[in-house]
Amino acid sequence: MDPGDSKTRANSKLVKSLLIMTAGSFAFGWALVPLYDVLCRAIGIGNAEAKAGKSVVREAVDPNREITIEFLAQPASVGSFEFRPKVASMRIHPGKLYDIEFYAKNLTTQASVAQAVPSITPVGTSKFFHKTECFCFSPQKFAVGEGRDMPVRFIVDPQLPNNVDRLTLAYTFYDTTQSATRP
Amino acid sequence: MAQSHASDAAHHDDHHDQPATGIKRWLFATNHKDIGTMYLVFSLIMFFIGGAMAMLIRAELFQPGLQLMQPEFFNQLTTNHALVMIFGAVMPAFVGLANWMVPLQVGAPDMALPRMNNFSFWILPFAFTLLLGTFFVPGGAAAGGWTLYPPLSLQTGDSFPMLIFAIHMMGISSIMGAINVIVTIMNMRAPGMTLLKMPLFAWSWLITAYLLIAVMPVLAGSVTMLLTDHFFKTSFFNAAGGGDPIMFEHIFWFFGHPEVYIMILPAFGIISEILPTFSRKPLFGATSMIYAIASIAFLSFIVWGHHMFADGMPVAAQLFYMMSTMLIAVPTGVKVFNWTATMWRGSLSFEPPMLFAIAFLFLFSIGGFSGLMLAIVPADFQYNQTYFVVAHFHYVLVPGAIFGIMAGVYYWLPKWTGHMYSMALAKTHFWLSAIFINVLFFPQHFLGLAGMPRRIPDYAVQFTDWNMVSSIGGFAFGLSQVLFAIVIVQCIRGGKKASAKVWEGTNPTGLEWTLPSPAPYHSFSTAPEIH
Repeated sequence: MDPGDSKTRANSKLVKSLLIMTAGSFAFGWALVPLYDVLCRAIGIGNAEAKAGKSVVREAVDPNREITIEFLAQPASVGSFEFRPKVASMRIHPGKLYDIEFYAKNLTTQASVAQAVPSITPVGTSKFFHKTECFCFSPQKFAVGEGRDMPVRFIVDPQLPNNVDRLTLAYTFYDTTQSATRP
Repeated sequence: MAQSHASDAAHHDDHHDQPATGIKRWLFATNHKDIGTMYLVFSLIMFFIGGAMAMLIRAELFQPGLQLMQPEFFNQLTTNHALVMIFGAVMPAFVGLANWMVPLQVGAPDMALPRMNNFSFWILPFAFTLLLGTFFVPGGAAAGGWTLYPPLSLQTGDSFPMLIFAIHMMGISSIMGAINVIVTIMNMRAPGMTLLKMPLFAWSWLITAYLLIAVMPVLAGSVTMLLTDHFFKTSFFNAAGGGDPIMFEHIFWFFGHPEVYIMILPAFGIISEILPTFSRKPLFGATSMIYAIASIAFLSFIVWGHHMFADGMPVAAQLFYMMSTMLIAVPTGVKVFNWTATMWRGSLSFEPPMLFAIAFLFLFSIGGFSGLMLAIVPADFQYNQTYFVVAHFHYVLVPGAIFGIMAGVYYWLPKWTGHMYSMALAKTHFWLSAIFINVLFFPQHFLGLAGMPRRIPDYAVQFTDWNMVSSIGGFAFGLSQVLFAIVIVQCIRGGKKASAKVWEGTNPTGLEWTLPSPAPYHSFSTAPEIH
């Protein structure tokens, strides 16, 4: 056997495994996307839970405990929508269903589509906040100048840690008219 | 084994003994010395281009108010100054040094994959033509910072795809360079050269090359996601579509933190070669130096969160990233103390490479200390996004990486050209650089602590004095670098003949010093035996 060949073979073997490592790193970079979601969900951060869809929860009212829940609303870009909660805050019992409404109005000169993205603070409490109905579950269509109330029905899990006496539910309202045709 | 090398040598003799003439020598170069030279020249050009951008930045910041440019252009300059310096100056310089020195240090006739070597260099001019071309398209160059955070980076104009493809090309080039270094070191060492006998520069590059392979593809992935978010309506980082912009920061810094070590580990290797030479003592704790580099490389993968403390993060995660970051000070401390112990009671002489190495040791440690300060979570909330951060990373990158490269160039230049350079001119270059680098960056610590934000073209009047000092330091430091180019050009043209050993104190067992100066076009055609 030509010894030069064995060297070439050793080289190409090593190059092959290094290329596999490179491909592995590339794949790992993409794998971070679902991994990030899973981790956020497990730890209860990053609002993965808040953004999750409809929950089915049975009422189990805890009449002895009362907490404050605050509502925030902001449009993602100035001038696209008027967007505000109908009430700024309310006192609630964990385990009881509540209905509230947010008001939005299209300020642009064209029919628009918007997507609301919720966020719950303090960090880690989003897994105790369940929405059985929310305008954030689907894109909202608005005609020119149209304004309307949009409902949220929620229930706070009685398992909410005892040191939490105040939750904030914030919505960011994104104008997605440009990408509304996305599949 | 010996036989295989002999046949390899015979194979090489088929080629011309002398380099091809004219442009063909460079276009079709497969010789590691030619390619190393091209990398180094390329990086020097990029150093001056990136430096020119820095001069414009410092000129704008000389006084409060807008003097020379619009904020948008200022932001384009800061963004591209970083991209050019990182991917155009520092990384290619290290690859150039690896091309020149790794085969010489391990006793190989050339790099293992010479044609790929040619390709990995020649991608770079195209990548940077594309990157610098972004200044001339509608909407201008990227202005959202080199970290490319969405959604800001997605607002880049027509230049956005050019930027992304330029980054892809740089990434492909570095990965090919890394593969080449690993294969050369693993398969082409001279018989008898065990891994632990290998010089520290080759060692630092072996580890760096693995880091490159591990993280450059992650960067490629993250910028590809930006590209699809921009053009194909995906929502990786778009909150409205269910994505999360914070996720970009995680993916980016998973690449970004090892990247900063990619830019410093080869400098560690160079310093570990130079200090023993001019202290006339063997490197103190050579094996522990190797383990320290490996530990730093490992830790670099688990500390990325410290770039994002202010994003909002569970306390447990903040504590983890704070502690793991501080842990890096341990292997780094091992290195700094070993270098100091190498000089301890040595017979020191202060030739230009040694001067740069000592300045590296001293000033890099300052950057390391401010890094420790930034690692403290509550303190980081104050320092975050201020000039303190700018001062910190410039202290580790300029007197760290850049001084390391300059030390290496001054150390090996006589070996490459066969001539000694002007010691007086090189020392002048050193003193001007070492003084003005501090005039340039030290005041930025004060500015940052006082609350001056980074990436802003204007500032409140109380910051004026230190900004003026910093700008003066910047202009002086920038102009001093012209001396560096002059020394190199003079040394290529001629000068006192360099001996094989070059330096009086060089370790005679270092393989590169067994070759005559200049190193012949084909070296180690027959592998040397190491005992």
